[in-house]
Amino acid sequence: MLDKPKIAVHKFASCDGCQLAFLNLGEDLLALAELVDVVHFVEAGPVDPEATVDIAFIEGSISTPEDAERILRIRTNCRYLITVGACATSGGLQALRNFADGKEWLASIYAKPEFIQSLATSTPIARHVKVDLELWGCPVTGRQLLAVLRALLFGVPPWHEKDKVCLECKRRQTVCVMVAKGVPCMGPVTRTGCGALCPGFGRDCYACYGPAENPNAESLARRLEAMGLSPEAVARRFLFINAAAPDFADVGLKRRGNIND
Amino acid sequence: MTEKRQIPIHVPVLARVEGEGTLELRVRNGVIEDLRLRIFEPPRMFEKLLEGREYTEIPDMVARICGICPVAYQMSAVHAIENLFGAQPGPWVHDMRRLFYCGEWIQSHSLHIHMLAAPDFLGYENITELARHHADEVRRGLRLQALGNEIIRLLGARSVHPVGARIGGFHHAPARTQVDAVREKLLAALPEAEALVHWTAALELPTEEQEFTTVSLRHPREYPMNEGRIVSNRGLDIAVDQFESRFVEHQEAHSTALHCLLDGKPYLVGPLARLNLNIDRLPAPVRKLAGSLGIKFPSRNMYHSIVARAIEIAVAMHEALRMLEAYTVPPATYLDSTPRAGTGHGCTEAPRGLLWHRYDIDATGIVRGARIVPPTSQNQARIEEDLRRALHALGVRQGDAALRQRGEMVIRNYDPCISCATHFLDLRVHDLANT
Repeated sequence: MLDKPKIAVHKFASCDGCQLAFLNLGEDLLALAELVDVVHFVEAGPVDPEATVDIAFIEGSISTPEDAERILRIRTNCRYLITVGACATSGGLQALRNFADGKEWLASIYAKPEFIQSLATSTPIARHVKVDLELWGCPVTGRQLLAVLRALLFGVPPWHEKDKVCLECKRRQTVCVMVAKGVPCMGPVTRTGCGALCPGFGRDCYACYGPAENPNAESLARRLEAMGLSPEAVARRFLFINAAAPDFADVGLKRRGNIND
Repeated sequence: MTEKRQIPIHVPVLARVEGEGTLELRVRNGVIEDLRLRIFEPPRMFEKLLEGREYTEIPDMVARICGICPVAYQMSAVHAIENLFGAQPGPWVHDMRRLFYCGEWIQSHSLHIHMLAAPDFLGYENITELARHHADEVRRGLRLQALGNEIIRLLGARSVHPVGARIGGFHHAPARTQVDAVREKLLAALPEAEALVHWTAALELPTEEQEFTTVSLRHPREYPMNEGRIVSNRGLDIAVDQFESRFVEHQEAHSTALHCLLDGKPYLVGPLARLNLNIDRLPAPVRKLAGSLGIKFPSRNMYHSIVARAIEIAVAMHEALRMLEAYTVPPATYLDSTPRAGTGHGCTEAPRGLLWHRYDIDATGIVRGARIVPPTSQNQARIEEDLRRALHALGVRQGDAALRQRGEMVIRNYDPCISCATHFLDLRVHDLANT
């Protein structure tokens, strides 16, 4: 009998919410444990950080010197490396520090900042090693994870969403909050996969799934300004959960005057 | 001669705490001379991330501090801002926030009981192994966890980083049909929750009594979640905005987690503290249930935390059911608010205990300063105190494996947050003969 494929789930700087996409699978979690051998997943129990695995799932961003070293070893020890969530894929909300003085920030929170080992930036995994697949989302869903795992178990390339939230709203026949209520929505530039939850609740999308394919973010930024938002308010919308994603960072920083046209 | 043992472990995950840690023991002549729970979470500096943001963005931002208790972060934040603005969103919002919180307690407590704590008490490595021998109990736990998530989704669309909460109330009111469907499931699951309480009470838990200070919210009528005064078993009784006059955080050289002390001393927050201080606030059926277990509450046995967690699942199920039965679709789901310059304080009961927030807001509604005190930083000094006691009681001459196992069990019992609470990465022993 062939050995079951081995998987590992590694955590870096994050809130643990994407790992919960596994732990909230319910019965499917037990079924999954029969299909694959989970050799490292600290939250769930198994601990073997240096194990050689078929698939390594990475949650969290790189923000310390040790973590920058650790991700290199993980890459060496795995066949496929898949990032899960905004932190691992774009640097996450904490990447807002990349636009500020990280050292000054530490000093204002910790009385003795010299004890804190921290890099000035929070960077996505792809900035450090080759990434085979990026799963966007804050948080990712169990459905995204199972779809990828199932595809890889079949030996076929995984399919993942690149469409915009707008298309998801149309498919669900959700009334457009921007057109109908004048709510400044990030749906036109944001990748779907969430199920267009926010417009479904009558509120604005806040771009937690990151930039869609060909987002044309500058155009939406101008539209938001035409709706009456100040440049700073527009900047805050792009510099949020996926602040360091280049498509969003460029548009946001430009409005803060950090980048010239 | 000093024998220095270093035991690397995985420790508390929350806000400024999350991540990996080490337990360091320095032992001399069979006595623990120094014990340090070292925490190395990459700091994410949330308080600074919040500066310069508009108050409306706070609920979506602070959720990201913790994927396991995002509702708690959102609730402490909305109460802090509304307290500052003088906004009172009324009974529908009050009830729905309580319902929202019930979902999180059920989800988080079920997760901890089954995935983290129970394997300890039954002698298994993890939940997969536990599931092989106690399949029915594990499946029951997974069902309860799923039910908690479903309640959160009613109001939040998703259970991790839900999108429904806003300053002043909610973005959306669930439809009657959805509410009825969840109510049916809750009703059907009540006996399961009751069985879970009996199951935890029947576990062979260590019977070590100890003295500790307990702190929680206390409300005139309710078992505390969203509102109340901060009280202790030693006579503390203060308003939420007085927190900083008695509770002080300080940084230890060995940790990125700030330690919080009450009048300079360690204290306990979380399910056992809440239950010990609020027995008389339990819904009647749960009070009867708790009285039938042969355990006397208030309890001095820290290991009764797992029973307290199960009892709180029952509390949350009964409370959620009560609110779903009285549910009506309101004319408005939130109260519009106008920013006011000043400082707002909010404090709610996260699954792991007191979660205190303070925001300084300017007249245009921009955050100028923020301070967040999560439950894990409050429990950390208590965990160290308990570790010292527990390892002495076990005998520090025991082998490393025994010390490690007991140390892990003590730490996990506090549910410091999830990845925190699991297994030691490896065990290294350094004998530094002449240090």
